[in-house]
Amino acid sequence: MGVEKTFRIPTHRVDSLKERLTTFSQQDFRELHALRDVSFEVRRGEFFGIVGRNGSGKSTLLKILASIYAADAGRVRMAGRLAPFIELGVGFNNELTARENVELNGVMMGLSRRDARSRLGAVLEFAELEEFVDLKLKNYSSGMLVRLAFSVMIQSDAEILLIDEVLAVGDASFQQKCADVFYEIRDSDRTVVFVTHDMSAVEQYCHRAMLLHDGEVKSIGDSGEVARSYLRLNFEQAPGGEADMGGIADVTLDDVWLEDGEGKRIVNVERDTELRFGAGFEAHRAIEGPSFGFSFVNADGVEVAGFGIGLSGDVPDRLEPGQRVRLGGRIENRLAPGRYVVKCWVHRDHNYANLVLHSPQVLDFVVYGDATAGVVSLDHEVKARVEGS
Amino acid sequence: MSAGPVVAELREVKGPSAVGGGWSRFFELLWLMSVTEFKKTFFGTVLGYVWSLVRPLMLFVVLLLVFTQVFKISSDEVPHYPVLLLFNIVLFGFFQEGTGGAVTSVLLQEGIVRKTQFPRLVIPLAVVLTALFTFGLNMIVVFAFLLGFGVGPMWTWLLFPLILLPLLVFTCALAMLLSALNVRFRDVAIIWVVIATALNYGTPVIYPLKIVPETLKHLLVINPLTPIFQQAHIWMIGPEKTESVYAAAGGPLPLIAAAAIYVGVCVAGVWVFNREAPRIAEQL
Repeated sequence: MGVEKTFRIPTHRVDSLKERLTTFSQQDFRELHALRDVSFEVRRGEFFGIVGRNGSGKSTLLKILASIYAADAGRVRMAGRLAPFIELGVGFNNELTARENVELNGVMMGLSRRDARSRLGAVLEFAELEEFVDLKLKNYSSGMLVRLAFSVMIQSDAEILLIDEVLAVGDASFQQKCADVFYEIRDSDRTVVFVTHDMSAVEQYCHRAMLLHDGEVKSIGDSGEVARSYLRLNFEQAPGGEADMGGIADVTLDDVWLEDGEGKRIVNVERDTELRFGAGFEAHRAIEGPSFGFSFVNADGVEVAGFGIGLSGDVPDRLEPGQRVRLGGRIENRLAPGRYVVKCWVHRDHNYANLVLHSPQVLDFVVYGDATAGVVSLDHEVKARVEGS
Repeated sequence: MSAGPVVAELREVKGPSAVGGGWSRFFELLWLMSVTEFKKTFFGTVLGYVWSLVRPLMLFVVLLLVFTQVFKISSDEVPHYPVLLLFNIVLFGFFQEGTGGAVTSVLLQEGIVRKTQFPRLVIPLAVVLTALFTFGLNMIVVFAFLLGFGVGPMWTWLLFPLILLPLLVFTCALAMLLSALNVRFRDVAIIWVVIATALNYGTPVIYPLKIVPETLKHLLVINPLTPIFQQAHIWMIGPEKTESVYAAAGGPLPLIAAAAIYVGVCVAGVWVFNREAPRIAEQL
């Protein structure tokens, strides 16, 4: 039997003694099966990818592997020491210096205090932060923090690493450095379980991968194949689940991508750089007055921006079966650093009510760079001057 | 498989628990966490140590005025009342700081609990340990006062660990109980403030036990903190004109009740914390 995990989500959460003592009615629960009979094996030295859409159970699985959650059924077995982190920088204390934090984090990773201290030099060297060893973390920039955190994890010597999407952090040169480390780890004895949305990273680094969908293992095996089935899963979503029921959707989306200013396909975007967006559709039935829409949804589920367009050029405002549409163009990139998913829909008659395609998640990407406040970064020319000068 | 590297054995992953990850890691983390917290309080500000003393000392001055000038506790009746008062404030301060800080500790360390495999028990115990460090520093001042007021040195001072140990165990047990419960019921922290205040008055901290009316005195002994504080009074300040714990209890019954409560709280603390530990991350 594989690993199972069910969350009981109370429809009304009782979280005070007062309520507990004054409420007599039986509590109602909604059961959420986060993981259902998940079973897999990772060999020593393997770089193993776990992919799946938001809410597919990836994080829950990782937390069970890391002993943060207890599994309801099934068992997990592991050989070797595990770096029990699923997110970078957890456990850092802003009031302490880098030196003290490296020691604390090392101990959390399972090193002895002496070992943790002896790693300090290597950690700082990798992070390129030697000059800031006695600076309190609250004075670090976000990029420096991430470098330090990544470095602590890499230098911890743990035999098994759980990595939840860390590639899109830091500046370009540090990213390159991380990529080098990943290649190195890939060919070493260390075992990595790597959770990501980035299919090119999966194909680049992973020996094998697993696709989770609604808490179940959908496919497992060659990383390229798994990456393709993930993309297929994202595109094949018709309204009302028509495609699931065996019907043919009126229109399908076959490709979505991002490009940088030079037209090179990219997976993640640096903030404030030119961003281009492309998609390809194929009509399977005639569609009158088609409009195509996209929107960018941030990690908090907020639709940050969106646009809808009709067919351009001197053509009839309809699509014939078999016709293909290629959509592309420049987008002003005002997105604040963070993770985004792209939502896509198509409707007929230029009417929002007549959906013919709706995919809540056709693409995932991360905008990287120094963090800003808010959800967008606005172009600004604001100056502060001392009065009277 | 002869020349290959040593391959670790496949071992079952047991999931989150109170101690998880081995005892040596547990103690290293406990030590690091409490030392860190302690350093933050004492080296973060210029007057760190002075500040930690200001609170008990101010309280001491106020209460001293109230009890010697308003309620008129005479020094004939209760020898060395001022030192007794200061000592009690510092001792109870440890209990209050340990339990009060621990209640919300697990909730406050949410990031660590939800995102790393961190031995959960370290969190409340580190709070108690930090309080113990502060207490140790404060005791330097208490001993200075003891000598200054002409109390001792007495050989019974050596028995002080026998008082501190049961108090420490009791504080740890309550810290475990409260921190685990507070994850489930968020108002435990608020309720505890009230209970701790009640305990402050229900324990002979600001008043000596001997001025309490007989029947009430027997009742007070049921509070497990009372025998501890009374014994501390005898050993640290002196037995003259101080009733033994047994005499104050007026019989074995209140003492048995106190012991039962003490053991009950300790068992409940360990049991509740162990039961809740694996699920804490999900409930935050």
